[in-house]
Amino acid sequence: MTAGITKRIGSIKFSCVSPDEIRRMSATKIITADTYDDEGYPIEMGLMDPHMGVIEPGLRCKTCGCKVDECPGHFGHIDLAMPVIHVGFIKDIKMLLESTCCKCGRLMLSEEQIRARMDSMERMEEFGGDTVEFKNYSKETAKDASGKGICPYCGAEQIKIKLDKPTTFREVNDNHKLTAKEVRERLERIPDDDLRALGIDPETCRPEWMVLTALAVPPVTVRPSITLDSGDRSEDDLTHKLVDVLRINQRLRENRDAGAPQLIVEDLWELLQYHVTTYFDNQTSGIPPARHRSGRPLKTLAQRLKGKEGRFRSNLSGKRVNFSARTVISPDPLLSINEVGVPVIAARELTVPVHVNAHNIDRMREFVARGPGPLPDNPYVPGVNYVIRSDGRRIRVTEKNAADVAEGIEVDYVVERQLVDGDIVLFNRQPSLHRMSIMGHRVRIMPGRTFRFNLCDCPPYNADFDGDEMNLHVLQSDEARAEARILMLVQENILSPRYGGPIIGAIHDHITGAYFLTHNNPRFGAAEASNIMFKLGDIEMPEPFIDEKTGEHYWTGKQLFSTVLPDDFNTTFKANICQNCSVCKKDQCEFDAYVKIRDGKLLCGTIDVKGIGNSKGKILDRIARGYGADRAAQFINQVTRLALGSIMNHGFSTGIGDEDIPEEAALQIANNTQDCIDKVTELVDSYRDGTLEQMPGRSLRETLEVSVMKVLGDARDGAGKIAGKHLGMSNPAVIMAKAGARGSMLNLSQMAGCVGQQAVRGERLSRGYWNRTLPHFERGDLGAYARGFCSNSYKSGLSPTEFFFHAMGGREGLVDTAVRTSRSGYMQRRLVSALEDLKLTADGTVRNTAGTIVQFYYGEDGVDPSKAVRGKAIDLDDLFSEVLGDDYEGLLHLDTKDVGGDYGSLEKDEMEYIEEESEESEDDMDFDYEGGGE
Amino acid sequence: MAAETSFNVLRHVLVPEHHLLSQEEADAVLGEMGITRGQLPKIRKSDPGIKVLETIHGPIDEGRVIKIVRKSETAQEFVVYRLVTRG
Repeated sequence: MTAGITKRIGSIKFSCVSPDEIRRMSATKIITADTYDDEGYPIEMGLMDPHMGVIEPGLRCKTCGCKVDECPGHFGHIDLAMPVIHVGFIKDIKMLLESTCCKCGRLMLSEEQIRARMDSMERMEEFGGDTVEFKNYSKETAKDASGKGICPYCGAEQIKIKLDKPTTFREVNDNHKLTAKEVRERLERIPDDDLRALGIDPETCRPEWMVLTALAVPPVTVRPSITLDSGDRSEDDLTHKLVDVLRINQRLRENRDAGAPQLIVEDLWELLQYHVTTYFDNQTSGIPPARHRSGRPLKTLAQRLKGKEGRFRSNLSGKRVNFSARTVISPDPLLSINEVGVPVIAARELTVPVHVNAHNIDRMREFVARGPGPLPDNPYVPGVNYVIRSDGRRIRVTEKNAADVAEGIEVDYVVERQLVDGDIVLFNRQPSLHRMSIMGHRVRIMPGRTFRFNLCDCPPYNADFDGDEMNLHVLQSDEARAEARILMLVQENILSPRYGGPIIGAIHDHITGAYFLTHNNPRFGAAEASNIMFKLGDIEMPEPFIDEKTGEHYWTGKQLFSTVLPDDFNTTFKANICQNCSVCKKDQCEFDAYVKIRDGKLLCGTIDVKGIGNSKGKILDRIARGYGADRAAQFINQVTRLALGSIMNHGFSTGIGDEDIPEEAALQIANNTQDCIDKVTELVDSYRDGTLEQMPGRSLRETLEVSVMKVLGDARDGAGKIAGKHLGMSNPAVIMAKAGARGSMLNLSQMAGCVGQQAVRGERLSRGYWNRTLPHFERGDLGAYARGFCSNSYKSGLSPTEFFFHAMGGREGLVDTAVRTSRSGYMQRRLVSALEDLKLTADGTVRNTAGTIVQFYYGEDGVDPSKAVRGKAIDLDDLFSEVLGDDYEGLLHLDTKDVGGDYGSLEKDEMEYIEEESEESEDDMDFDYEGGGE
Repeated sequence: MAAETSFNVLRHVLVPEHHLLSQEEADAVLGEMGITRGQLPKIRKSDPGIKVLETIHGPIDEGRVIKIVRKSETAQEFVVYRLVTRG
């Protein structure tokens, strides 16, 4: 059990096994199909022969003398009475038979051709050709050599060979069946030198080995039999299959030796071939799968390895791990973004190995002495679950032996200490679609049963708290912990490599809170101000202003916000609430939308998504870039707490009443909608009498559809505008939409104003009945209502026909996402497997595991996309405005300056579609049944 | 053949510059990067770009190194090397 490398593996070569080798490595020859005798002991030279290893505790292996778990198992072998073809090599055998002469066995190419091909292969080796290249080249060689009528060496006429799936070869001219024996003889004739030209190394793989004369029998440990509760033994599928092979083999031998008629021998031979074929692969096309007595198909060798449940994907790539935990997640706004709350019960199971040395031995003794579950849980103190002695023996620490074990601790022992506050762990939520799906967190032990983390960490994990579960992994080595802390910690991942902007930032209520704190610079008295600020912890209150009239102290919202900014912070941008006026009044903006920060003081403007929001927050972006991850994490922690203080001070709620609009507004909307519908009727009429003017490049009918869509799009927008005007900026729902916290003005106008045109495939609804959508309309009606226009709002309620149309449009959205998820998921899987071995090396080149260069310089410019600004390594505008101050004319066109842009939030890219698949039910408003206009 | 070479693909805007390196130049480049020929990306001998170079330099054997100068959005100009291979 000692660690350390005794030998290093230089290379691995896969090859065929010769019958000789099978017999040489065999521990025993198997001759009887019986497994156990009456007493239940394995029969010698049977399939459970103890020479092939042991599966029962207490018994010893007859080959190596070891007990269960120590004996690795040993192969046995079956001598086949007649040779059979190995299905796995059927293609290679066909290729070899076709490209070589049936008489002399030579490769049917001239000497020069063979030499040229050998040279070419040598060159490929010199220039680092990979195995696929060699394979393709050999295939080409074989193709060139096959299909010749006459052998260039012996002049023998060649008969074409056909493969009858899965394992029978026939000569085409007289349908003569080639027996496995004949095939083997032909393969034996191929000279070694010709094999090399075909990419086969004759030293390790002679082609005749592909026709089996001996069958290797895997050790019993590979196919253990299980004893049922009833005491009956149940054998493994492989054993069953081997029994079949043995039985037929035996009968074949007897019949052949007794001189049975050719026909019977051939039948048995074919049966043996069938059993050996299904033993290797029970899903070979062309033959019925071998079945268990119950009718279930047997799981033979190929089935053990193949597919999602096979050895590779499920046991080798998908190993299960220790030191991990999974539970439901819930939010905790008072944790740092770098922290994760771990329940005490989980922390007691999860351990970190600590190497005992002279410096920590006393402390470790103390830990161990506490046992595995020191009480009370609050305050939490870590105990120890296991102690590993220097000889590698594991001692379970229990309440009873804790004191004794603590006494026996020595230097060089390893103590598996329970989790404590500050340990670094990895935290993960599936589907793990990007690198931010696994991040490093610092542990905070907490009461309760859920994992808790800061709400700002939701977007990278795409987590919510409607029952989501997440996984946690405790790192077990110092290297891993160092790597996790430096590369994977949440604060190191604030800037997303996907679009170079922050992916972690304020969300939802944080934004509303910041809006209330800064919009129009409210004043707060001492009580209010301290209520907001105390959440920050150890920050000092800024100098208060003094009211000229009353002489009372007060603080302003912008002043409070400025306390969390770095002292030398400067920036200028337009907030999300910006109305995009034709002439920007800048500092004098009447909507307080022009944000200007100088020397860490917010001079004017409102802080909303564009300031601190995830994916759009400019202040966040600047701090993460210019002040480092530590400062950025601190800023996010503080600004979100401040915002929560502010929103709690202000009070905030929204409800269906927020979409109430005054009667006059409803009237206006109704009139506006009616006008548009009348316009549609006019359009339809003019289409009918042919007075509609045709648009260039469109048919008359298309012209009508386009114009109608446009008019009805305007109808919805108009309704939205009227509704928006009457709802006003004091409406909570509007505040959320304008500040960018949640929801959009479109959502609101659909609730308060008018739902608008429903569409399928970007067109008005047209299908259903004959020339009409529903029987409620006349045939050929092209009017607004007949083709899926909903003039009602969600609030006023849809009419029955509108409701039906709405469902039609909604269905399309659902189908679209369902189709897209599966398709893009598969695309991503293929991309990932193509790129997973690429790595950026120290010299800047991107190489694969073979060391072949893929890119000479990462991305051609060597820039980390998460550090880049809109694809550029440096932000010139930013530098200029820093140097030139307020005079820089770049400040004139702030609109075009969009860090990260809307990429992260608006444009739903494929990744997010994948994630939506697993979502139970996204809130309805996210479906944009937009049909109108563009 | 005539039809294939009648149009010089290297003149097309979308095709980057191709240069044939002499053996010495190639060895120098490889030495600088500390790699062997086998680690270079490949270009087929039948590549239209190679065909054009062959009309200038005569036949180009496998194992020669081609230097390609690309216009790059991120790094104005970018130089890559490719190894001529079979096919």
